Amino acid sequence: MSDTKKYTETRNNSSPLSIASIPVLDYGVFYDQVSEMLRDEQKHCVAYYGAGSPGNRRFYCCIADDGKATIDVFSHEMSGQNMVLKSLTPVCTQLYIFEREIHENFGVEFSGHPWLKPVRYPYDNPDRSEIMANYPFYSIGGDELHEVGVGPVHAGVIEPGHFRFICNGEKVLHLEIQLGYQHRGIENLFLEKSSPLQRCVLAESIAGDTSVGHELAHVQLIESLAGIEISDALRIERCIALELERLAVHIGDTAALCGDVAYQLGQAVCEALRTSVINTTQYWCGNRFGKGIVRPGGSNYHLNDAAADEILKVISVTGKRFNEVAELIYSRPSVLARFDDIGQVTRRQGLNIGAVGMAARSCGILRDLRKTHPFQYYRDYQVHPAIIGSGDVLARGKLRHLEALDSVRIITDLIEKWKTALKNIERPNYDYRLKPSSFCISLVEGWRGEICHAALTDVNGKIVHYKVKDPSFHNWMALALAVRNQEISDFPVCNKSFNLSYCGNDL
Amino acid sequence: MIREAKVLAEHGRQYIKDLRTQSVSELFRGKPVISPGITPDEINSVCAICPVNAIDRTSGSIDLCKCVFCKECSFLFPGKIRFTNDYRIAGNRREDLIVKPGDRDRISLDEKSIRKEIRKTFKSALKLRQVSAGGDNSCEMELAATGNVNFDFGRYGIEFVASPRHADGIVITGPITENMSEALKITWEAVPEPRLIILAGTDALSGGIFEGSPALNRKFIEEHHIDLYLPGNPVHPLTYINGVLDLLGIV
Repeated sequence: MSDTKKYTETRNNSSPLSIASIPVLDYGVFYDQVSEMLRDEQKHCVAYYGAGSPGNRRFYCCIADDGKATIDVFSHEMSGQNMVLKSLTPVCTQLYIFEREIHENFGVEFSGHPWLKPVRYPYDNPDRSEIMANYPFYSIGGDELHEVGVGPVHAGVIEPGHFRFICNGEKVLHLEIQLGYQHRGIENLFLEKSSPLQRCVLAESIAGDTSVGHELAHVQLIESLAGIEISDALRIERCIALELERLAVHIGDTAALCGDVAYQLGQAVCEALRTSVINTTQYWCGNRFGKGIVRPGGSNYHLNDAAADEILKVISVTGKRFNEVAELIYSRPSVLARFDDIGQVTRRQGLNIGAVGMAARSCGILRDLRKTHPFQYYRDYQVHPAIIGSGDVLARGKLRHLEALDSVRIITDLIEKWKTALKNIERPNYDYRLKPSSFCISLVEGWRGEICHAALTDVNGKIVHYKVKDPSFHNWMALALAVRNQEISDFPVCNKSFNLSYCGNDL
Repeated sequence: MIREAKVLAEHGRQYIKDLRTQSVSELFRGKPVISPGITPDEINSVCAICPVNAIDRTSGSIDLCKCVFCKECSFLFPGKIRFTNDYRIAGNRREDLIVKPGDRDRISLDEKSIRKEIRKTFKSALKLRQVSAGGDNSCEMELAATGNVNFDFGRYGIEFVASPRHADGIVITGPITENMSEALKITWEAVPEPRLIILAGTDALSGGIFEGSPALNRKFIEEHHIDLYLPGNPVHPLTYINGVLDLLGIV
């Protein structure tokens, strides 16, 4: 690779790039540049996807550089009949899922990819022989081994997905997760349902447990493309909503973890604490999941004094009580026996698969967009992400404990700042015009991790391509790795400790 | 032990005493009330902004099976459209969920169209299998919450079970994706008769914001009798609880 930079730098939550400014590399150069860049632990791939019509496809690659706080964007093209590319996966494991998705979208063959199959089986899959029913599961021969299939309809009240275990007795040798049952065609709907409000409702429905996170990623993208400026007060309000979402989920998942190991006290107390948090969100905006709070340019539900006081009152009690019960949970031998040293993901594995968010931070990788690629008010407010190195179920449980306490602190601080910030009544702007011929990317640290929305506009400023990535896209592989060589009975706690999104992955 | 007792003491009693009369916060977006004085121009304006075509162009009525409760129509004409915090918005006939200008009555079930075997068989215990078919997980979480320490719907002998073989019916969430259509059918066929179908949340009722997506397959809804419609984005636990109690005739 030569010394000249063959990428364009951009920053999170900032102005869009002109499409013309993004370098188009020869695939050979692209290949070398990606493998070179991703050797650096501070860099990881946030998006790699294709857009355009057959014969004129362009593939955009966005590498986040945590050291420089930039996102480096470059591309390669693919024209004519050539449908084969040399796979980058053998040299950069984290790209395996992006290459699988490109294969799914366009039928591109990645030669040398160890596991090339679609991520989901969408209705517009170019290969009609690939359907849910004939998914090519990995299999191992031998009389000693057996397979266990679970799902798509699970025992609990949760979303569908199929888990195929290959076991030696009680021990899991391999788990393959087949997703796609939840595929709703969201990315195309962003183009078809083109009214600004429709897009907002759509973004809120990508993953209901991350309504605020995905909506914020969308709105941030739109505001960048439309050049809409907002007040500090609004930026603070959005961060408060995002932290309330994080707090509620971490407490709720702690309840679920306790439920799985029959620790009823922990489950009951955490369930009630989660209820108090989401009811506070409902007090603020009328919806327990925060749907409707975040809108382009403003809000119909600005924070007000009454709501701010209610939030402060509830989270101070919740924070204190959650801390007490969490300390209790993680000191019970019967709980520790089920969590400690179970479902471990090593730091190396986390880096290899490109783990993000709490899945990364629980195996010693400091990856938190609030710190490395700050957005909204996190630019003016320092977050000090909690980090744990052991990578097991206990680490993910304890990390949730620490992050919940951090969220309480952050919300308390932010409400103080909000009180003195200059407030304008900013109403949602549903009449925006987007910058033409642009590329824009928006990242948000949701409770699971890195949410990415990206869009391309044409010469008239119309969105012609919309890309969504939920953190689960990276992190499902962490679950598959976590259960290797574990007892199959430990699968539920491993699964709950991550609590990944099916609909966010399947889109 | 002492620490546990302390945590438990602070936890106190969390259950909602009366699930029938519990009030929710004022801003909760429940049943809308539309002024009979809404003008054709105003109707046109709210139709233009509604993200899901839930408002009828001629009458100005709102179809709760389509409504995503974004409340934008109400922000446009606060004097004409108002969303009350009445969460009792369950119905057993599709047409009863269309709120017309001037409608002030509480939405209720049509007693005559409730199938006889439902109350006869399930009044003292109802076990349901939940099927998420493209749901965004918010409805699923709200349904799961009905069994938690706050709502404790189990007090009526009504709860979710793991196997469709143990269930008396299914509760569907999500707009029903093509990729889940087969699994939904298989689950339904595994439920022994008599059995019932409940649709929970706007996505399940009409497809919601996903309506018209080629990735959906809503044939199952067209081919089966639906016993209970529960609007909401997502459905509130109290909407579900009160709807099911009404269906079973439990006062």
